[in-house]
Amino acid sequence: MKPARFDYFAPGTVDEALALLAEHGDQAKPLAGGQSLIPAMNFRLARPQVLVDLNQVAALSYIRANGSGLAIGAMTRQRAVERSDLVARAAPLLAEAMPSIAHPQIRNRGTVGGSLAHADPSAELPAVALALETRFRAKSATGERWIPAGEFFKGMLETALEPGELLVEIAIPPLPARSGTAFLEMARRHGDYALVGVAAVVTLEANGRCQAARVALLSVGDGPVLASEAATVLAGQAPSAELARAAGERAASRDVDPPSDIHASAAYRRRLVAVLTRRALERAFERAEKGSGEQGAVPSG
Amino acid sequence: MESRRQIGERVRRTEDARLLTGRALFVDDVRLDGMLHVAFLRSQHAHARLTGMDATAARARPGVVAVYTAADLGDYWRPGPLLVPPPPIAGLVFNACTQVPLAKEKLRHVGEPIAMVVAESRYLAEDALDDIVVEAEPLPAVVDLEAALAKGAPRVHEHLPSNVAAHAVQRKGDYARAKQRAHTVIKRRFRYDRGASAAIENRAVAAQWDPRAEELTVWDTTQAPIPIRNGLAQLLGLLESQVRVVAPFVGGGFGPKIMMYYPEEVLVPWAAMKLGRPVKWTEDRQENFFATTQERGQIHDAEITLDQSGKILGVRDVFLHDTGAYDPYGLTVPINSQCTLLGPYEIPNYESEFTAVFTNKTIVTPVRGAGRQHGVFVIERLLDFAAKELGIDRAEIRRRNLLRRDQFPFNNEILFQDSAPLTYDSGDYEPALDQALELIDYHRFVREEQPRLRAAGRHVGIGIVCYVEGTGIGPYEGARVTVEPGGRVRLATGVGTQGQGHFTAFAQIVAEVLGVDVADVHVITGDTREFHWGTGTFASRGAVVAGSACQAAALRVREKILELASQELEASKADLVLAGGSVHVRGDPSAGITLGALAVKANPLRGAVRPGTEPGLEATAYFGPDRGSTASGVHAMLVEVR
Ligand SMILES: Cc1cc2nc3c(=O)[nH]c(=O)nc-3n(C[C@H](O)[C@H](O)[C@H](O)COP(=O)(O)OP(=O)(O)OC[C@H]3O[C@@H](n4cnc5c(N)ncnc54)[C@H](O)[C@@H]3O)c2cc1C
Repeated sequence: MKPARFDYFAPGTVDEALALLAEHGDQAKPLAGGQSLIPAMNFRLARPQVLVDLNQVAALSYIRANGSGLAIGAMTRQRAVERSDLVARAAPLLAEAMPSIAHPQIRNRGTVGGSLAHADPSAELPAVALALETRFRAKSATGERWIPAGEFFKGMLETALEPGELLVEIAIPPLPARSGTAFLEMARRHGDYALVGVAAVVTLEANGRCQAARVALLSVGDGPVLASEAATVLAGQAPSAELARAAGERAASRDVDPPSDIHASAAYRRRLVAVLTRRALERAFERAEKGSGEQGAVPSG
Repeated sequence: MESRRQIGERVRRTEDARLLTGRALFVDDVRLDGMLHVAFLRSQHAHARLTGMDATAARARPGVVAVYTAADLGDYWRPGPLLVPPPPIAGLVFNACTQVPLAKEKLRHVGEPIAMVVAESRYLAEDALDDIVVEAEPLPAVVDLEAALAKGAPRVHEHLPSNVAAHAVQRKGDYARAKQRAHTVIKRRFRYDRGASAAIENRAVAAQWDPRAEELTVWDTTQAPIPIRNGLAQLLGLLESQVRVVAPFVGGGFGPKIMMYYPEEVLVPWAAMKLGRPVKWTEDRQENFFATTQERGQIHDAEITLDQSGKILGVRDVFLHDTGAYDPYGLTVPINSQCTLLGPYEIPNYESEFTAVFTNKTIVTPVRGAGRQHGVFVIERLLDFAAKELGIDRAEIRRRNLLRRDQFPFNNEILFQDSAPLTYDSGDYEPALDQALELIDYHRFVREEQPRLRAAGRHVGIGIVCYVEGTGIGPYEGARVTVEPGGRVRLATGVGTQGQGHFTAFAQIVAEVLGVDVADVHVITGDTREFHWGTGTFASRGAVVAGSACQAAALRVREKILELASQELEASKADLVLAGGSVHVRGDPSAGITLGALAVKANPLRGAVRPGTEPGLEATAYFGPDRGSTASGVHAMLVEVR
């Protein structure tokens, strides 16, 4: 389990990193926390000839609130997000999902950008990003662009990023008043990749009916899956246990076509989609009803 | 005043400072000038015919020093030893097929080594693995125990008529007659899954041949350095004294590291001698899952017969045991399952038949309990079913069947892993059951809490398990105790440590006998240059067998101390007290002599000594029990299923 030969660069700035990536094209890979890339290299499933290590690029590590929501630098450690008061206040869904990513040792190294760029269909962050309509800022030696969440994830371990392009920041917009969120997953052991996970965002109208819902599922396809059928069940309806159940059933029957693997059959995953979606929606509605408009720090669990 | 009590006291572990500050030596820490590194090419197939191999490109790769295939091993290629010959059971069938160093004509499990690359670094060695061309014709694999025995099933070993590795029947009493008298007969099938033990430290072997001293040193993560030394000497044509095996700190043993003569374990020292350079191989986690031995994997069809009161009349069990692709460990695991199924219960009539089956899976050898849990699982499940059927409380049905304290020593008549009928030396099982029930507040839980939880939609169940564990088996261990002139005590013993706390536990024994501080006993284990008689660390035998040898050696040294001190202090031995690292006359602690001073006197450099005098304050002693000792226990737990 030793990697094949590679050349290694450790630039100190984003521009230097971009120049190196431009020079080496698709032979090069950025190295973030290394928690997915290094194992893949050790198994020789990935054989990049050049590694551009981003760990010296201090400018990519930050969590900031600004007018358009929350901005997180790509190299911010998952553990820093998990422990951030700012994140807990401004994006409680993200805060709630963080402890489900692997184990503390891995979150100490693993980064937000690394997880999103890796785009594992079983990862938590892509589903959360999709549920929160996150925007992705990508930079290359020739320019910069913003990619919406709906266009960022392209399939199994695939994103819209081009060779030579770095993900530098994500922007999470604020949620409207009377919104509530919840994250739930089922894993064989805590810290394992989930068999199924659900990130739910609901917004209520002044009269208490559901104005909008975004439910994103993980581990059920080749990327995060937006449960749009479930959302149509919810739109305009008054929250209830029955409604949550109906939305869960709809998500399971119409939104997903989950895979079977050694950890769970497709049928079991479908069942988990129904149950976890129902539970997540109940929790999100409850939080939306309790919240006074602005999202406060919501206790998880 | 006699020596202070030390055995069993809570003391600070003497090995922890080294472990916690990273100064403990593990095999992978062995780094020597000119060291070469090894990677193994392993089978990707569960079952295949090996039709061709070409390592030319690998050999030509810069940095590669050697590539060995089975053909390159010459006479050194031979199947490993049968480690545990089968016990004398009438009508026994046993087919020994032990592992080979490198696969020759057939690949029998994923992870079986095919070729060995030796290079300047592990990275280069792994690069070269990709260069080796292997031609293999995949064969249908046998993985399911029952399918493996079906007519026409593919055969793991083609020279045998079937995949049967062994078949054994043991019985006591007359089960058929007992069944005729039965009030209730319960028959069930139990499957016990295969598992891997996955110690924190994987296996590793490093070896260095010193051509001037003509001595081979091998660092090995083995639980049995002395047998490995003896076996390697024989394989390599060396004197046992020319081979030194060091099992330094080892990060967990659990059985798979006992004394396997694993392919890697016999090839690395051979390569070091052949190449004249130190060679090291450290198993990575992926290899560990395929190439380190595993355990479990049995299917039991078991039947229990009882009278109306829940007393067991008899048990009949027919089971299949997965031995994997080879069976170097003989029948240890299934024999233990067969024998220890009887547990702490009085089961007058018993009939047990097993078939060990070759499959295209990793070799099975003892892992943690070595088969015992399988038997325990079967009898305990049967008792749970019986309790339900007879309407008897699950704790009560166990209590009614426990052996009584006046029945010991109790001969359970069925052969155990040491090839002798397992005899329970002593026991009193009911108090442990009572204590366990009390600790989980069993009666209240069953009466009040469980119905309440159930009504609230929660599924909280209860499990109670009683068992007997055979420990402290022979043949023997030894120890040497030496008082150094500085006053500290050296203790050398053969059993290595894999985290059990040997350094502290053995030191406590010697410290108590000699009246010194635990911290002043310097323990050396697992280095054949320091002590080369013994077998190893397994079967919960370290404290019982090696510990007893430590005590015996310390007692002899104590006798020498008293003898010499009585001359020096001109007092009778009966009046002497050993405490605080010195000897004094009872009632006069000020007029004493330190152990260090006595050690100096015991080794005079000039002058004459009396004929027959042995120098130094040193003694070696051995301990070999005539049979193992039996421990017992009860586990009780509440488990919620969500
Ligand atoms: C035992 C274990 C359990 C795990 N369990 C989980 C889990 O339950 N849930 C989960 O979500 N994850 C899990 N992970 C993965 C972990 O969260 C990783 O940290 C994460 O997937 C990748 O982040 P990283 O910073 O380590 O990225 P790296 O491994 O360094 O990189 C991953 C990929 O992203 C690319 N990349 C990295 N940064 C950028 C960037 N800024 N721009 C463009 N490309 C980039 C790299 O080139 C590489 O292809 C687990 C990992 C381990 C080892």
